[in-house]
Amino acid sequence: MSYLISPAPHLKEKTNVPHLMRLVILALLPAAIAGVYFFGFRALFLIITCMITAVASEFVMNKLMKREVTIRDGSAALTGLLLALCISPSLPFYAAILGTIFAIVVGKQIFGGLGYNIFNPALIGRAFLAAAFPVAMTSWVAPGAWRSLEAISSATPLGLMKFGGEMTSYSELLIGNVSGCIGETSALLLLLGGLFLVWKKVINWRIPVSYLGSVAVLSGIFWLINPAEYPDPIFALLSGGLMLGAWFMLTDLVTSPFTSKGIWIFGICAGILVVVIRLFSGLPEGVMYSILIMNAFVPLIDRYTRPKVFGTRKK
Amino acid sequence: MKTFSQGIHPPYSKKETEDKPIVEASVPSRVIIPLHQHTGASCDPLVKVGDEVYEGQLIGNSDKFISASVHASISGKVTKINTYPHPCGVDVLSVVIERQTVQCLRSNASFGPSKEPFSRTRSHRGEEQRSARGVANVKSFSEVAPEEIRKIVREAGIVGLGGAAFPTAVKLSPPKDKKIDTIIINGCECEPYITADHRIMLESGKDIILGAKLAAKAVGATRIIIGVEDNKRDAIKKLKLEIRTQPEEGMYDGLEVVVLETKYPQGAEKMLIKALINREVPSRGLPLDVGIVVLNVGTCVAIAQAFKFGTPLIKRIVTVTGPGIAEPKNLCVRIGTSFSDVIAQCGGMIDAATRIIMGGPMMGVSQSLLDVPVVKATSAILVLGKNDKLVDDSFPCIKCARCIEHCPMYLMPTRLAALSENSKFMEFDRLNGADCIECGACAYVCPSRIPIVQWIKLAKFKVRQIK
Repeated sequence: MSYLISPAPHLKEKTNVPHLMRLVILALLPAAIAGVYFFGFRALFLIITCMITAVASEFVMNKLMKREVTIRDGSAALTGLLLALCISPSLPFYAAILGTIFAIVVGKQIFGGLGYNIFNPALIGRAFLAAAFPVAMTSWVAPGAWRSLEAISSATPLGLMKFGGEMTSYSELLIGNVSGCIGETSALLLLLGGLFLVWKKVINWRIPVSYLGSVAVLSGIFWLINPAEYPDPIFALLSGGLMLGAWFMLTDLVTSPFTSKGIWIFGICAGILVVVIRLFSGLPEGVMYSILIMNAFVPLIDRYTRPKVFGTRKK
Repeated sequence: MKTFSQGIHPPYSKKETEDKPIVEASVPSRVIIPLHQHTGASCDPLVKVGDEVYEGQLIGNSDKFISASVHASISGKVTKINTYPHPCGVDVLSVVIERQTVQCLRSNASFGPSKEPFSRTRSHRGEEQRSARGVANVKSFSEVAPEEIRKIVREAGIVGLGGAAFPTAVKLSPPKDKKIDTIIINGCECEPYITADHRIMLESGKDIILGAKLAAKAVGATRIIIGVEDNKRDAIKKLKLEIRTQPEEGMYDGLEVVVLETKYPQGAEKMLIKALINREVPSRGLPLDVGIVVLNVGTCVAIAQAFKFGTPLIKRIVTVTGPGIAEPKNLCVRIGTSFSDVIAQCGGMIDAATRIIMGGPMMGVSQSLLDVPVVKATSAILVLGKNDKLVDDSFPCIKCARCIEHCPMYLMPTRLAALSENSKFMEFDRLNGADCIECGACAYVCPSRIPIVQWIKLAKFKVRQIK
């Protein structure tokens, strides 16, 4: 009788790619549920639409490119969810569908699918939407407005700050009872989801720490220089898409650097970009561009932060 | 506690056998002895079909420096000399001996201090036999010269018993320009499941120390460090006791036991040296480049046995374990005994057995046949059960960097595997792929289940071919 053979090591850790993807989706659920609570069933339908569209686009692309069907790895569903969480709850459904298709097709599949994309696919989809539907992407509704019959248009805390110098209270920001994208408003729930992923060792803690740290330090410096003009660092941390970006998008395994050293550079630079865009550009928010720009630098960062091989280091 | 950086913590699964004393396996009726059981050149057979051989008789030898001679592990008649499957996955020229009573009075003049033929079974640790056999011409520790120690080790066919099977005599013959100051004795046994070294440390502490001292004398080292992982507390205690009560003759001052963190691959030479004395073996270098020789505890025992009784390496301790084995054991097995014979002595396999592995689960070699022989490198026979998943879906690399975080050599395993896959062997070499110790930590943590080690092994082979 002959036995089956397998390559060493014959022991493997339990974790695999679909498991990691499921954990990230699980960690996003509290923030997604909060989004539905604040922005209504329309938000729920947007989330479902994006997820289904993402999986369907991945399937069609797999077939068109004559490749193995990869929808079971869970990455497409995650991209759909992430995109839904960073769009306005009032975005038309056709726009959401187009954005999701763009995310999967251009953001991921044409690079070769999972693992080969340079940019975070969900943010590629969002960047497309910001360019193609600039008005719809920046039309916000007040949280809880869905319960009354008339939709009340509103502005995000960052918009209020930038264009009116108006502050939003920390407690509202923590809970998420503010206008904004579907899943970005509740800083507290995003933080909990992020900490869960750190605990499960899915994401590298250095990414959110370096990113949030550099945002806090840099905006703190500006705030100390001129508290009347610039928001304080706590507001900077809790508002906008920073928490969603820090814990769930900048940490995307595929598009972040390999080594700890690389990650510090990556996170700190991304944090600087957020503050610069928020304070000195025409846009109220800079998380998306900070992440996309730093994604582009990852190959370069990896090249210059290669670990020194054992036995080649100077003693 | 001392250790190296990075590495992994797999489940150790040593409970099954760690408390089971070493048992002498029954003498097999037939052995298949491969003439190549070590790193280096193959041996040429010194016997013909039909020859009668006695236990311990030299049956294979080579003129090459990097090689290790091979001895008959039972007395009997040579029935075949042919290629047979070797547990490392290739067919190797082997000598088949059928057991029979051999009336043999020839003198084994070629080997060692003993002039007596190896006509009877000797126990693995038989201090009492020294007087019984009257080995008058065995020299005492203080009389034996370094050159003689090397000769004994070479003639006994001793190789590293930790699994790599590198000829020990070669290790003990460093080039003139390399000064060896320290002998490190490897008692880590960081591979899960295996407890052979653990038992050896508990049962043959005296021989480990004697073997280590002989090795130190052979290379002129002044210091001996025994490194043991902290999951073998009883072995640490035992060895410390043995050091305190070491015999007057050859009393050694620079001899200590150092406790190491239980972490894989703590027993890899480079990691062990780094952890114990913080020296870093240079890239593509050997331990002797930093003045070190590393020997496994089992190897030390083999050296001591060869020195005391002239016993060549014809037996070794094998841990037979795993969820698919009915009665896991630590056995003292004759080289050439078939796996099926050994497994039968451990109650056979239970129905759920799915895979047979020689060695540990991290670096061991998967077997398709059970009639392969136990060789000098067989530290364990591991039988995995149906819960140890056989085939797993693999996914593209998601650049999670877990392999980089855990690689004890600070390589970029995922990058090296990708370069190998794309046949970019020169770039692979430029990134020091040759330094990979093939410990498998990368593949263990890989969520994409990429066979990283196999890609790297392939590229290392290709690079050697090109160079």
